[in-house]
Amino acid sequence: MSGYNGTILRINLSKAEIKKEKLNQKLAQKFIGGRGLGTKIFYDEVDPKIDPLSEENKLIIAAGPLSGTFTPTGGRYMVITKSPLTHTIASSNSGGKWGAELKFAGYDVIIIEGKAENPVYITINDDTVEIKPAQEIWGKITSETTDYLVNKEGKNVKVLNIGPAGEKLSNIACIMNDYDRAAGRSGVGAVMGSKNLKAIVVKGSNKVGIAKPDELKDFVKILQQKIKDNGVTGAGLPAYGTAVLVNIINENGVFPTNNFQKSQFDKAEDISGELMAEKYLVKKKGCFACPIACGRQVKMDDKEVGGPEYETIWGFGGDCGISNMEAIIKANHLCNEYGLDTISASVTLATAMELFQNGKITKDMTENTPLVWGNDDAIIEWTKKMGLREGLGDDLAMGSYRLAEKYGMPELSMSVKKQELPAYDPRGIKGQGLAYATSNRGGCHVRAYLISPEILALPEKLDKFSLENKPVWVRIFQDLTAAIDSLGLCLFTSFAVNAEEYAKLYSLVTGIEKSQEDILMAGDRIWNLERMFNYASGLTQADDILPKRLLNDPISEGPAKGHVHELNKLLPEYYKLRGWDENGYPTKETLQKLGL
Amino acid sequence: MKIRVKLFATLREGRDKILDLDLDKNNTIEDVIKQLKIDKKDIAILLKNGLDTNISDILKENDTLSIFPPVGGG
Repeated sequence: MSGYNGTILRINLSKAEIKKEKLNQKLAQKFIGGRGLGTKIFYDEVDPKIDPLSEENKLIIAAGPLSGTFTPTGGRYMVITKSPLTHTIASSNSGGKWGAELKFAGYDVIIIEGKAENPVYITINDDTVEIKPAQEIWGKITSETTDYLVNKEGKNVKVLNIGPAGEKLSNIACIMNDYDRAAGRSGVGAVMGSKNLKAIVVKGSNKVGIAKPDELKDFVKILQQKIKDNGVTGAGLPAYGTAVLVNIINENGVFPTNNFQKSQFDKAEDISGELMAEKYLVKKKGCFACPIACGRQVKMDDKEVGGPEYETIWGFGGDCGISNMEAIIKANHLCNEYGLDTISASVTLATAMELFQNGKITKDMTENTPLVWGNDDAIIEWTKKMGLREGLGDDLAMGSYRLAEKYGMPELSMSVKKQELPAYDPRGIKGQGLAYATSNRGGCHVRAYLISPEILALPEKLDKFSLENKPVWVRIFQDLTAAIDSLGLCLFTSFAVNAEEYAKLYSLVTGIEKSQEDILMAGDRIWNLERMFNYASGLTQADDILPKRLLNDPISEGPAKGHVHELNKLLPEYYKLRGWDENGYPTKETLQKLGL
Repeated sequence: MKIRVKLFATLREGRDKILDLDLDKNNTIEDVIKQLKIDKKDIAILLKNGLDTNISDILKENDTLSIFPPVGGG
């Protein structure tokens, strides 16, 4: 079966045991790969009730059938585990070059089990897989770890690793690869840290098999042209990166400011993509096989570092009342170095600032760097201390919900299922609010990016204030996104590529014919399986909720003034469309239809 | 009548980012776009005072028009 290598690598760190297993091809086809296949394996093997940071949890790293091929953006991988932040299924996606390299080494999936007695790292060089002591790099930041491993293991290796935040089991720790790419969300870095696993180094020398190479080549050319001709993927993203969104979201009056107390930031221009391009951009940087290259390399003092994405600029910027781009670039860089998710870290700081505003966190507790809105030093100092869990940083590292709960005001955490919300105020974007509330991994914009039709007019313009048809759109976006994450492609391709074309890519790479309907149904199946895991873990429909502020307090000013989110008017229709009962659980018929 | 036009992303190339214009009454957004020599096909999103609008909408005193090319991210 082309596209797939047909091999799973199972590594038990408690027993120091390495096994290679045959990939179940039927399962692979049914769940595509990446997010879908990883979730299926996890669901079958792990008790949903376990403590996420216990030895019983597993860390699954899964590439898609299109990862490592020359399909546009075909290089992504997913990390699937039980999240210490949300206690839901976690599936975090990353780009860079590491995912493709895993395929070149001959594997589709790595399953990591148990816990090493002492810190270790894993090396994979085609058939040779070893577990090695990591004492010398334990405690190091991610760039130093990567430099050390590249020096030691060979300059062509690709490195995935955690920073101090993951080692210290922060609920908001990420996994970094290729220096500045991250499987960011849901605390996957803490699970890796709980296993005493510092890094995975990969080098591969094989090619991924392709069923119809000539036809694929012709079709990829057509898609590359489509991506180039598309205004978003061919012009906006290459020129400005994701930061191009700062101004448009702010102009729409849905740019959360000061922890969602306001929805428009009067200094947005100072932290915009346009400003970053003018003053800080050194060069663009693309992931494996990517014709878009939205990644930014920017100036930071006399260094060149990975630049902040839109969500990060918003989180450390408007959400903390900060308009100093240099401070945001530094805070972003610190997150990469300490291995913190930039969305969760910045929103947690915004929560801390509101706790400070309310006198719950006091000046004495913040040493010489008070957590006041607009204090540039605060986002730098407290990001560092969050990464190292020093002083109040130890509480910040728990994430916004547990922080706000500890200081007596849990309602100040702008999160869903305890995961921090990203950069769009759902009170003024009704479909996005439903997508947040029903996301299987908690607060997240990339489980269904309704911003695309509701703000960006892609593929068509919807009225962002209207409730009409939003459940239908959310459901389709959730299913298609699950499929794209499973193929091993970047979600950004979907600005230019449609479901039929994704199905054709899969068919040409694997030789297994799939239609647009098959692809969407696989997405539906994956979505339902994630939901089943979450319910078995103890979540209920009561967790499909938005923070009280967004349901009860109208936006105070700007174009979206007066709006609250009307979630209860959307949820019943959404459940019905999904084929779920009134408790939000898939009915027998739905499970049967999906083959679950 | 006075209106303000805000341009973003690639539409700023060769133009100012904020323009204060003095227009005759009953001018439409399309009239402004023509005056600024912006190709209609380069425009993806139009906001009047932060709210969705369309090209044939008539502008009034003190309106702010925000014009965006296709943009995306996330």
